[in-house]
Amino acid sequence: MATGIKDKVAIIGAGCSKFGERWDKGSPDLMAEAFEEALADAGIERKQIEAAWFGCYGDAINVGNSSIPAATALRLENIPVSRMENMCATGTEALRGATYAVASGAVDIALAIGAEKLKDTGYGGLPPAFKGTFNDLWMPMVSAPAGFAPLADGYRTRYQISREDLKRAIAHVSWKSHQNGVHSPKAHFQKAVSMETILNAPMIADPLGLFDCSGVSDGAACAIVTTPEIARALGKKDIVSIKSLQITTSSGRETQMSEWDGSYVPNTRNAAARAYAEAGITDPRAQLSLTEVHDCFSITELVTMEDLGLSDDGQAVRDVLDGKYDRDGAIPCQIDGGLKCFGHPIGASGLRMAYEVYTQLLGRAGPRQLSNPSMGLTHNLGGVPYQGVAAISILGLL
Amino acid sequence: MSDFGITAFGAYVPRMRLDRGAIAAAHQWMAPSLRSLAKGARAFCNWDEDTATMAVEAARDALVGTDRTQLQALGFATTRPPYADLQASAIVAGALGLPRTLRTIDGALGQRAGTSGLLAALKAGERSLFVASDAPRGKPASTQEMTYGAGAAAFVLGSENVAARLVGAGSIAANFASHFRPEGEDFEYHWEERWVRDEGYAKLVPPAVDAALAQAGLQIGDIAHFAMPSPIRAIAAAVAKQLRVTGELVDGLEDGCGYAGSAHAPLMLARALETAQPGERILVVSFGQGVDALVFEVTDAIAAARPARGVSGSLARGIVTDAYLRMLSFEQGIELEWGMRAEKNAKTALTEQYRSGGQIDTFDAGACGSCGTIQFPQLQYCVKCHEPGSGFTAVSLVDAPAKVMTQTSDWLSYYPSPPLFGGFVQFDNGARLQMEMVDVGPEGLELGMPLEMVFRIKEQDRMRGYSRYFWKATPKLDGKKD
Repeated sequence: MATGIKDKVAIIGAGCSKFGERWDKGSPDLMAEAFEEALADAGIERKQIEAAWFGCYGDAINVGNSSIPAATALRLENIPVSRMENMCATGTEALRGATYAVASGAVDIALAIGAEKLKDTGYGGLPPAFKGTFNDLWMPMVSAPAGFAPLADGYRTRYQISREDLKRAIAHVSWKSHQNGVHSPKAHFQKAVSMETILNAPMIADPLGLFDCSGVSDGAACAIVTTPEIARALGKKDIVSIKSLQITTSSGRETQMSEWDGSYVPNTRNAAARAYAEAGITDPRAQLSLTEVHDCFSITELVTMEDLGLSDDGQAVRDVLDGKYDRDGAIPCQIDGGLKCFGHPIGASGLRMAYEVYTQLLGRAGPRQLSNPSMGLTHNLGGVPYQGVAAISILGLL
Repeated sequence: MSDFGITAFGAYVPRMRLDRGAIAAAHQWMAPSLRSLAKGARAFCNWDEDTATMAVEAARDALVGTDRTQLQALGFATTRPPYADLQASAIVAGALGLPRTLRTIDGALGQRAGTSGLLAALKAGERSLFVASDAPRGKPASTQEMTYGAGAAAFVLGSENVAARLVGAGSIAANFASHFRPEGEDFEYHWEERWVRDEGYAKLVPPAVDAALAQAGLQIGDIAHFAMPSPIRAIAAAVAKQLRVTGELVDGLEDGCGYAGSAHAPLMLARALETAQPGERILVVSFGQGVDALVFEVTDAIAAARPARGVSGSLARGIVTDAYLRMLSFEQGIELEWGMRAEKNAKTALTEQYRSGGQIDTFDAGACGSCGTIQFPQLQYCVKCHEPGSGFTAVSLVDAPAKVMTQTSDWLSYYPSPPLFGGFVQFDNGARLQMEMVDVGPEGLELGMPLEMVFRIKEQDRMRGYSRYFWKATPKLDGKKD
């Protein structure tokens, strides 16, 4: 019987570049920026890394495919470097690869790095995706916000919530992240925004306005992992260990059968159940100190609070408006600003979340430091709510 | 004459309507005289409609109750084929799920293509489908831009339950160049209307009509409905007067449709058949480098042959806009700034398109042979019980009842007619998929709103000039007349 990876692997170093419109930096620069921070944090040398996983989503506007761009940028010599792509779950997938390598005993120290250069397209938002020769024949060519916006219809229908009430709740989601972004010096957006501005922003995909959509940013983030024993041997006292890393992928049930009502993300629920089981979490509301979730759009974060079991079904609107997930709430969410304000360079996002949880657990978060966090959860949602990849990691102090 | 003729008919006019006043207003500064034509609204194709998609919709209207497997031929007429070399009738036949053994033919490059093709199909005597579909384009600020429209009419021909039988026909061929459009050109070049009227219509129509009446053994006074398009203002009335027509002049469809080229006489025939009574005769005349005159006699079977939508139903479904530049943009008459998102490569893998034929052409979902779950697309294993897809039975979703499950209006994606409406469509039979929604009126989309499927251009590959087609959802309207 598989025992999972709980406490078999520790993060000994993490790095994150400044996110944002990095006009003067390319992907290799951003990778180096994050990598150097992580190396210094880990207190190891480059040559001690025995394997690496490189996460990057869109090669067409980036560095080209394969792992070679990362190996070249970071001069990773004579070690296996793997390329990982799993939409917005890419960064967490890279971490999973490195973690599994260490947990299996194949290597002692591994690197996971994710990077994305989105601001070389010449326009805002994500580039239109190629969906495959068959899917392109029939799938509507909707944008990312239009893929997520229908969650609002599904949610409103199920819980009989007015358009206005839901709009106010999702506006609060973005408002809260902007409040947090103020204290996040590496974040793309570091300005508070009023509820009025959010509510009156131009419509992108009904009901999502401009401020309901996450930032489109350049950035890189990475983590260096090893075993807790080696971490101690390297002199680490507070050890951040990986409690769980779980991913689930749509098999088509949501889109092709009539059982799903569109009000939640089945993938997230499945990944959460697996992650809580692996981490031994029985009461996430009591046991999780913070979450960094995939707020690509405000409605996603609201629904995710229920999918993770942090709000009762149908209660997320109330909980959000009550401030349960604000920085001074019961379970702060996006304390670093989230995708909304920290930014969303796709391949880096999962690792950026892990970086923040790691930083919080070690008490190094400066003005945004939470009081005595012990366990944090990261969540990514690749693709769309009805056809995608959900990735969850749970990190905690050993 | 053998008992062969029209057994069913149908029509389609695009729902998009442009107020002619908006066209005249746009050109007021240089062509103030267009004001005199600024009456009513004309139809124009949505960005994703062309003569093939309109033909499919008209044919679906006509084919209700017809056994498609028995059809032997499909004739298609237009002056605006989607391709110079790629048979529109094959595209139409594919979308209609007509038998593989079908004989297809695309007809004639002239204004009479509709009547000539219908006549040929009637003379061939096969169980067949004939569709005329056209969307002529008028140059900005031309008379044609004001008067032209778009539409399609379809006729099922056979020998059982004949609703209208051809009793006489006459044709005239004349190299009378009232207008021409060179290969590859967008617009026609027209000669003076007075000459066309006096030397063309006045002198060429009567002998064709006389021949048709003679063949039918009838007099002009026996004609109850006179159907002749008027691409030149009031020309039909003038010719009717000259011919001493005593019957009704069939509505020229100027308001709500506009002159639909080679499909116009067929549309007017369809319009006449919607009200004609058993025993009445209809004279259809079309003009263009000669004349076709067709005399039909309506039978007792006409009541059962009438379509759900027809011409009158189509006319009642308009979505009126006053955005002249919208029509111009849809017709590629103006190059707008669509932004970098529009640079997307929309190449179609023709191999993939062909091997996915049933799913794409006739929108075939699969019913699992083991658990019965109906699913689209048909993948390798059943979405529910995981039995192999080889056990699926095809279930077309084309006419399956469906409703809006979720929806949004997307202002971010490149889309030639923003916003892009999309969302999940839930079919009553259990199938579900994300679809594009089109022809959404000012009332918008509501959850649970009934939908119907329409055959449209899915995406245009502007780099290569290729359009791929698929089905889209549109708010369901009651197409019946009031």
